Amino acid sequence: MALLKTTKFLSSVGSFTPSLGALPIRASSWWSEVQMGPPDPILGVTEAFKRDTNPQKMNLGVGAYRDDNGKPYVLTCVRKAEALIASKMLDKEYLPIGGLGDFTKACAELALGPDSEVLKSKRSITVQTISGTGSLRIGGNYLSRFHLVGKDVYLPKPSWGNHTPIFRDAGMQLKAYRYYDPATCGFDFAGALDDISKIPENGVIMLHACAHNPTGVDPKPEQWKELSAVIKKRKLLVFFDMAYQGFASGDIDRDAWAVRHFIDQGHNILLSQSFAKNMGLYGERVGGFTIVCADADEAKRVESQLKILIRPIYSNPPMNGARIASTILTSPDLHSIWLKEVKDMADRIIKMREMLVANLKKEGTTHNWQHVIDQIGMFCFTGLKPEAGGTSDKGVLCLHD
Amino acid sequence: MSIFGEVPLAAPVAVFKLTADFREDQSPNKVNLGVGAYRTDECQPWVLPVVKKVEKIIVEDHSLNHEYLPILGLPEFRSSASKIALGADSPAISENRVGAVQCLGGTGALKIGAEFLRRWYNGIDNTKTPVYVSAPTWENHNAVFSNAGFEDIRPYKYWDGEKRGLDLAGLLDDLESAPEHSIFVLHACAHNPTGTDPTQDQWKQIADIMKRKNLFAFFDSAYQGFASGNLDQDAWAIRYFVSHGFELFCAQSFSKNFGLYNERVGNLTVVAKDQDKLNHVLSQMEKIVRITWSNPPSQGARLVAITLNSPELFAEWKDNVKTMADRVLLMRAQLKEKLKSLGTPGTWEHITEQIGMFSFTGLNPKQVEYMIKEKHIFLMASGRINMCGLTSKNIDYVAESIHETVTRIQ
Repeated sequence: MALLKTTKFLSSVGSFTPSLGALPIRASSWWSEVQMGPPDPILGVTEAFKRDTNPQKMNLGVGAYRDDNGKPYVLTCVRKAEALIASKMLDKEYLPIGGLGDFTKACAELALGPDSEVLKSKRSITVQTISGTGSLRIGGNYLSRFHLVGKDVYLPKPSWGNHTPIFRDAGMQLKAYRYYDPATCGFDFAGALDDISKIPENGVIMLHACAHNPTGVDPKPEQWKELSAVIKKRKLLVFFDMAYQGFASGDIDRDAWAVRHFIDQGHNILLSQSFAKNMGLYGERVGGFTIVCADADEAKRVESQLKILIRPIYSNPPMNGARIASTILTSPDLHSIWLKEVKDMADRIIKMREMLVANLKKEGTTHNWQHVIDQIGMFCFTGLKPEAGGTSDKGVLCLHD
Repeated sequence: MSIFGEVPLAAPVAVFKLTADFREDQSPNKVNLGVGAYRTDECQPWVLPVVKKVEKIIVEDHSLNHEYLPILGLPEFRSSASKIALGADSPAISENRVGAVQCLGGTGALKIGAEFLRRWYNGIDNTKTPVYVSAPTWENHNAVFSNAGFEDIRPYKYWDGEKRGLDLAGLLDDLESAPEHSIFVLHACAHNPTGTDPTQDQWKQIADIMKRKNLFAFFDSAYQGFASGNLDQDAWAIRYFVSHGFELFCAQSFSKNFGLYNERVGNLTVVAKDQDKLNHVLSQMEKIVRITWSNPPSQGARLVAITLNSPELFAEWKDNVKTMADRVLLMRAQLKEKLKSLGTPGTWEHITEQIGMFSFTGLNPKQVEYMIKEKHIFLMASGRINMCGLTSKNIDYVAESIHETVTRIQ
């Protein structure tokens, strides 16, 4: 039996003489030693925003799309899909552990391309997951159990804040490779190549497929090609995180280019996909996790193990969002409406980038803001120092540092 | 050469394999008494009328969007779900020491609770703290707790195969001899897979020992309303523990009583000594949720919250639940009668004494195999049947098959 650290215990219960088995009954609580957890760094900004009373407040921290009125946007294709689904009067029986088959098939095709050799030879497995987070978590658990030759996951510096705790809790060790260059507010290509070329064999390297979070800085295709070559040379296992397909450039194939290139080059990748942003299905928790295997037999074995990992977490995934996503992806009409809406969202963001820079110039800025336009996706690493964020009397501009 | 070359093929989860085998079976007489989902007398899944109504409300309400829920879930769902378990007039609730985490089904609620306990229950490393699960229990309990890092998962005596009932003496004995601070997973009602619940008096005896021995009560409540047809009656054990000062967890599932299986609607209710402790606990659970699924799915929780928070819809829901429970009770009564009138060897009182969706028939593995292979009646190797798989159309065939099996195979 685990014994309490007596000093910690004494401080919370006052005068008490510890002896084996004689803990005070019901006067104290099981939870006296539980520390207050810190607020979530990202969601904490939204909490601060909510508390602020200034009418001019703006929340630039939230990771969700907003329309030109600052409101959440439910896609037309989503509404249409929902109406269609409602009319079908489907039952609510459990999904298989690996999720809705129509969804996982469409999800894989979206990422890999419908003509993918991988899909034709059935040498990949895609399971439905609880959005991107759930996908990464399953991936981390899988690596921890089956990728015994390499316990290190290399993240770009910086990366999405939640990557580190997810992989750490899954049992992996976290390391980093250079990525963002604060001097240029751009990609530190030389630094990345340098660091990656030194990663020991069998390490796992995490790559953001497009619209890097949080910097908005993506490698160019020629740079991706070189990265692929170095990574192959180092015999690293590639794990793509693709949370913004379609949302970055407005073109789903263009945004998946890196993923498809790596597969073409022979990397048998792991891939996390999220439909939170590109379909606006945030709260429905729609995602996929894919492993590209050597052959169909291996894919079957890997699939069976993924199910074993999923079952003790949540048994099987939620239906609603996956049904909406698969309806959109598999219906030609809804699919083309979706492509247009994704492009519209991406275009609005691009336009905001251009307008922000134009207005800064109008305000007489002498600073070079080109990076705001060069960066891609929802997020922008402004280059503002931490002191510039937070609250002030003149109004709140909530930012990440 | 693949890095996954060494990955072995894992065995499929038994209950899902059973359904897969059932689907492939060509016999016109086949009956699926396996997986735990409600079926109508036409052997069809049943979307509750109240659910259809509320779904329509949701899909037509264009002021609703699909934004992220908070990490801990939809507030109006969490509070109304906890009220269902503890009673709206629960003193613990009015004392502000009840909180909850919306989770992905009952499984998800067990998961978050288990992960929290491993980190924070008795010191900061509970990998060696014993976790007791009933013998037998839902087959996923073991995996949930071991995957959360618990290394010492033990059975507590529960089912007495010979008398086909609760082994109370064995249970109480295991409670007495459990190391202090051990965690006990208790089925709130409609024990899965045996359908055998302690009586109120027996629950009192269990609670007494647990209090004295400082054992942690982790309730698994997947069938509230479904067992007796009455929500309050089915929650009696949880409420008794709460009123006797226990801090406890209760993993609630709305899969069965709302028929929302695939929307993954669950709630981990936390009862603490005071609000301060509660907040500490919830803050740590939030961190665990964030690295597991970030925030829970909104559809099912919205649906349940709307229903529970509207007096008319709430009444309609209770009525729907009673419909399901009553059909199960009818099938129990009829199966027992038919077996008795056939003169099937053995005693069959347990069919009506047991409660909820499942019945531990007492059939042994050889008999189960005969039922599946020769009679095309699919049930778990443990002899567990889902009463919902019985209908007025197949109950004669099933009764006769049990009779034939028991007389031919020992």
